Amino acid sequence: MTISHAPEARTPSARAGEPLLSVQDLKVEFSTSAGVVRALDGVSFDVGAGETVAVLGESGSGKSVTAQAIMALLPQPAGSIVGGRILYGGRDLAAEHVSKVRELCATEIAMIFQDPLSSLNPVYRVGWQIAELFRRRRGTPKQEAWAKSLALLKRVGIPDAETRIRDYPHQFSGGQRQRIMIAMAIALEPKLLIGDEPTTALDVTVQQQVMNLLADLQAESGMGMILISHDLGVVAEVADRAAIMYAGRIIETGGIQQVYDHPAHPYTRGLLDSIPSNTSLGERLTPVVGSPPNLLALPSGCSFHPRCPFATELCRTTSPALRQPEGWSAGHLAACHRTEEVLTHD
Amino acid sequence: MTVPPTIAMQTMRRAHRARRGVTARITIPLVVIGLFMVGAVVVPILYHFDPLHTDVLLRLKPPGTTLPDGSFAIFGTDQVGQDLFAQMMMGARVSLTVGVCSLLFAGVFGVLTGLLAGHFGGWIDNVLMRIADVQLAFPSILLAILLASVLGPSLWNVIVVISITNWVVFARVTRSQVLTLRSREYVEAARTLGASHWHIIVRTLLPGCVAPILVVATVEFGHVVLLEAALSFLGVGVPLGIPSLGTTISNGTAYLSTAWWISTLPGIALAALVLSTGVLGDALRDRFDPKLRSA
Amino acid sequence: MLGYTIRRVLLAAFVLWGVVTVVFIIVRLVPSDPAVLVAGIDATPEQIATIRERMGLDQPLLIQYLGYVAGAVRGDFGTSYTYGAPAMELVGEVLPNTALLAFLGCTLAVIVSFPLGLLAALRVNRFTDRAVTTASLLTQSLPGFWVGVVLMLVFSQMLRLLPSAGLGSPDALILPVVTVALPFIAILTRMTRSGLLEVVGEGYITTARAKGLSERIVILTHAARNALIPVVTLVGLEFGALLGGAVITETVFSFPGVGKLLVSSILARDYNLVQACVVIIAAAFVIVNLLVDLLYGYLDPRVRLAK
Repeated sequence: MTISHAPEARTPSARAGEPLLSVQDLKVEFSTSAGVVRALDGVSFDVGAGETVAVLGESGSGKSVTAQAIMALLPQPAGSIVGGRILYGGRDLAAEHVSKVRELCATEIAMIFQDPLSSLNPVYRVGWQIAELFRRRRGTPKQEAWAKSLALLKRVGIPDAETRIRDYPHQFSGGQRQRIMIAMAIALEPKLLIGDEPTTALDVTVQQQVMNLLADLQAESGMGMILISHDLGVVAEVADRAAIMYAGRIIETGGIQQVYDHPAHPYTRGLLDSIPSNTSLGERLTPVVGSPPNLLALPSGCSFHPRCPFATELCRTTSPALRQPEGWSAGHLAACHRTEEVLTHD
Repeated sequence: MTVPPTIAMQTMRRAHRARRGVTARITIPLVVIGLFMVGAVVVPILYHFDPLHTDVLLRLKPPGTTLPDGSFAIFGTDQVGQDLFAQMMMGARVSLTVGVCSLLFAGVFGVLTGLLAGHFGGWIDNVLMRIADVQLAFPSILLAILLASVLGPSLWNVIVVISITNWVVFARVTRSQVLTLRSREYVEAARTLGASHWHIIVRTLLPGCVAPILVVATVEFGHVVLLEAALSFLGVGVPLGIPSLGTTISNGTAYLSTAWWISTLPGIALAALVLSTGVLGDALRDRFDPKLRSA
Repeated sequence: MLGYTIRRVLLAAFVLWGVVTVVFIIVRLVPSDPAVLVAGIDATPEQIATIRERMGLDQPLLIQYLGYVAGAVRGDFGTSYTYGAPAMELVGEVLPNTALLAFLGCTLAVIVSFPLGLLAALRVNRFTDRAVTTASLLTQSLPGFWVGVVLMLVFSQMLRLLPSAGLGSPDALILPVVTVALPFIAILTRMTRSGLLEVVGEGYITTARAKGLSERIVILTHAARNALIPVVTLVGLEFGALLGGAVITETVFSFPGVGKLLVSSILARDYNLVQACVVIIAAAFVIVNLLVDLLYGYLDPRVRLAK
């Protein structure tokens, strides 16, 4: 385990000026019995080394599909990348064969999943499952691999690791299982970690612990992180930037504090307004009106317009591109024709 | 550079083909079974089939022979001179009758047991399932042979024996479906509304069980037909006067070297019938609920 | 594991008792009087009464039952009136043959089915899969006895390659083993295939892929072990069908085993021998299922280490 002390460990993006991962105009389609569904329609974002990007949105917005596309884990043969590029380390992952991209998995880019119980193999001991990474990917001999497993389990905070390393997944609690998944993910010191709803299946108290663990690990290793969630609150302290997704597109992106304090898209506004807070005790909740769109029959123009309080005739006909609102800070983009009004509206 | 979009189209086309395939898998077997039923009723009448008739001059004629009286023995004749085709269709009558009757009895009894065990639970469930366990400890052919030998050869005895051996499958499937349905809201609603046990069982639970029962019934039909044939083959099934496909095959074993068709062709007919029900059962299950997939 | 084992053994014992009882009840359903059968048609009423007393048939039913169960536990099923020897002894003579048949049939089935089922699952919905599935379905639809007859016709009569009856030489085993194994192969292949397909959709398979492991490792190491667990249980259940199939196959090929003995003793109305055969076969089935249950507990740590 690399333990780095200084911020210099978070080198690559600052020095080279190049992001660790650059997703450009990614388009993904699924063929279903009801027709071809465009799950991602031109998604673009960058992740720098040492940076944490939160990808947020409702179910069906395309956030998990993005992660799957990056790691060549799209369900075959239903899902396929039909456009765009995924640039990593000078390669375009979208253009390469699945088996070549899989070589990057766990060594360069790693992923942790939502439900740790179904994501861990029930018939193998947890020590074995972590050691497998060293033995299969690095050719490490068995004893050494198990020793490294033990060190990892301790690092992620599993109590009594010497005994528990020989236990099976079902003998751990939910939070512990997620820690084990995290141990598996960071074992080969990847440069990028993707968390697909890592805390959704956990208790609220445990959620914070896991988030803190992730933040610590990132500080130590300088890896980049993509955190996918539908819970805006849980990622707030850990993420640097946010990308809000809706119907297969990124509709707002920027520094997370910027986005939360000054939402530039009506959907983001709606999401933030719908969060119950203890300053609004006794008041009615304000959800986002309507329901997520059917990806087989998207609305014309801007996909959000049927639910949007700011919608105009233009919104019904023309789909807005991501742009910087006039007069606001650089790096904060929104895909809305009336973003300036959204920002100033109160 | 991107992956050509045609992969999506290819999968779409495959999905379309799969859907059309399911419909074919339902209609074709139904046609085959229908032909059997028609044949079983009509052919023996057309051929004036008489199980006791023997004609030594006409015995062991190969398939495709034209007989002296002008009729065409499409499958040849057997060791006593009977036309094999007519005999097979007569045997099909037996298979279909035994099949349908046993299925009805086994089905009704099994479904009832499953409903009671699943709905009431507790000691009723325990007792019924223990009985099922003990019965399942007997390989079904073994139990059938034992019962059949004790009761003696007769058509009704065969039906009774086969019903007894096969009720357990229905009971288990129904019970497991009831257990799944119990936790569904509409069943709980019925309970909360104060519906009587009878009402819950018949009006609420039973309709939800129809799909898996139907799937099981089609597969079990095949098993039942084969079981009857096996019992008749061994000599403990239908009595001597009634020509079952199994008895025909058994009679033919003595003439394997001289008249292979007597044993071979009835088997093909059996296989065709059972295969049809098997395919039908699979297709029905795919149609209703792929999650029911066993093997 | 210990608790699980004990529970399973108790259940097996209960089922064995149930089997013995059911056989007793069924055999007592016989309309004719066994004493008359043994004594013969010309016997006088006194002779019949003596024989009845000797066979214990004059006792109340309950005493008969208890005596019978006590005997069964000892392995004593009385004397076969056709052969004049203790029924159990006769069964014991031919039991090894049937055991050999069942064992070879099982082994052949496993060797053929597992790779076939695996192959079909890996090439799901493509040509290989469709071919395998159709072949399985077709094989399952064939009457077992008919398959035996046809094989005998082709290989013994027409090609004169293999013996058609008895157990004179090792190659007399080939046709019966194949006949017995075929339906088993069909079912096992389908089960392996569907078991694997179910497992492949699970989350831990995606995790294994995300670890960058090759598809081969993912299937063979991560999927197979999990898929095998339910298949193993089903093998146990289907073994009963294998035993039933053995009964018929032995009759077709005049194979000197328990099945053939059973059928001939049924036709001869030799009920002591019938009882012995049936109980032995059912007991074998119960024991195999017990072993399978224990194996299942060993394979699935969730069952073994349930809190």
